[in-house]
Amino acid sequence: MNPIYASRRRVDIVIRFLCLGAAIFGVTWLALILFTLFYNGLAGLTLQVFTQNTPPPGSADGGLLNAIVGSIIMTAIGVGVGAPIGLFAGTYLAEYGRNDRLTSLIRFINDILLSAPSIIIGLFVYGAVVVPMGGFSAFAGALALAVIVIPVVVRTTEDMLLLVPNPLREAASALGLPRSLVIRRVAYRAARAGLITGVLLATARVAGETAPLLFTALSNQFFSLDMTKTMANLPVTINNFVQSPYDYWKQLAWTGALLITLTVLTLNIGARLLGAERTKS
Amino acid sequence: MSELNVAVDAARGKMPPPVPHSDSPPKITARGLNFYYGQTHALKNVNLVLAENRVTAFIGPSGCGKSTLLRIFNRMYDLYPGQRAEGQLLLDKTNILDPKLDLNLLRARVGMVFQKPTPFPMTIYENIAFGIRLYEKISKSEMDGRVEAALRGGALWNEVKDKLNASGLSLSGGQQQRLCIARTVAVRPEVILFDEPCSALDPISTAKVEELIHELKEQYTIAIVTHNMQQAARVSDKTAFMYLGELVEFDQTDKIFTSPADRRTQDYITGRFG
Repeated sequence: MNPIYASRRRVDIVIRFLCLGAAIFGVTWLALILFTLFYNGLAGLTLQVFTQNTPPPGSADGGLLNAIVGSIIMTAIGVGVGAPIGLFAGTYLAEYGRNDRLTSLIRFINDILLSAPSIIIGLFVYGAVVVPMGGFSAFAGALALAVIVIPVVVRTTEDMLLLVPNPLREAASALGLPRSLVIRRVAYRAARAGLITGVLLATARVAGETAPLLFTALSNQFFSLDMTKTMANLPVTINNFVQSPYDYWKQLAWTGALLITLTVLTLNIGARLLGAERTKS
Repeated sequence: MSELNVAVDAARGKMPPPVPHSDSPPKITARGLNFYYGQTHALKNVNLVLAENRVTAFIGPSGCGKSTLLRIFNRMYDLYPGQRAEGQLLLDKTNILDPKLDLNLLRARVGMVFQKPTPFPMTIYENIAFGIRLYEKISKSEMDGRVEAALRGGALWNEVKDKLNASGLSLSGGQQQRLCIARTVAVRPEVILFDEPCSALDPISTAKVEELIHELKEQYTIAIVTHNMQQAARVSDKTAFMYLGELVEFDQTDKIFTSPADRRTQDYITGRFG
């Protein structure tokens, strides 16, 4: 065999094994994490988790009801506030401001926000809202989550709208459609699956965030729907319970972690399925 | 003598008045039309008249400015920054280049069909009804009638009448293009611009679209850009040959293809370049 080709083949085999090894190494940790979560979490997954509030100190009874409800409320408000802002901003970048110099500046700042550690955003909301308002509140927590949602949605919205082919916009304009209708009725519809995917991914991202809630919504041992008071939520509850001395609390923390992971997994898989649907049409 | 006058006028910077087509009134009139992409001078002093209810074909090698010219007629270029047109361009008595002109109303009068089929991501019915609803408030039954008429106008009705609620994207390429033509016809424009409408279609679909263009000229003024010279010869009444941003020759189609006056036209239609 040609010696140059023979050595190429040897290098090819080595590289292929290195790549395969790296892939297996990475996936192994993910599998271990999931396995541990299911192993420890499933044991405590009873109806009680969904019907009772977090237990008082020393009690070996109770569930996660208040934390689950709190997480749902704050995530919903965070996404409800952040997603529309992100959609509007992303629309500006991709449609109206495509040729503006301002656009590249906004995109740059958005990218910084996108990669900012969430604890920084928690601290920002603490300084901007919690301190002036004189206390922790669910409102501040939802706001911190919204600040995290915005850059994610801005990015996906812009990317998805830029994927819409320009001839489609021209065709709509050629019918005499005003710009706003071209965007709303044609561009949005063409990019719909992608836009929803972006919002789902942003929801998955904030559903498990701990740091921004630690300084804002804090936590609450009791069931509360008052947005101006502290509110229980899954991530901070897990954080607190893991550090507790009680075995039952540790068990609840595992179960809570499993619940969050399942939620995030479901959202991600849903986003994937939507994305696959898009490539089909 | 008259040739001399024209030459003298041109030397003084005056435009010779374009000669309107004898048997039909002018619909679009261009005088001294220039177009710029930023610094690039893409169209140079174009003078021509599109006659009403006639098909005018634009031929020429890639980059000669024929699509650019078409995109001035409905101000499509206005969607992009740094592009500008100068000179005079009239649609009947309306100045198309008027900066205060409402572009949406202009585009409702001057429709356009593109190179690639561009059905909107909605049902076949909605693809048609969508444009109509922009300018007219009509009842459901009236709308059904308009949609059917438009689809018949696009020679598509028989193929889609049982699946009006299917996505426009589910049609074949040729059907999609006829859907786009139907959509354009549905809003009742006065002029229809075709920008290489058959370049992505197979021969059978192409024949259908050409037949359609032939029928459409009963009601509309038509301009078509094409790379296919046989197509230009088949569908058009008058043909314009463009080269490097200039309108080289503009005459009756049979004249252009049998005895062109300009050497460059002859070279192009005999396949010596382009």
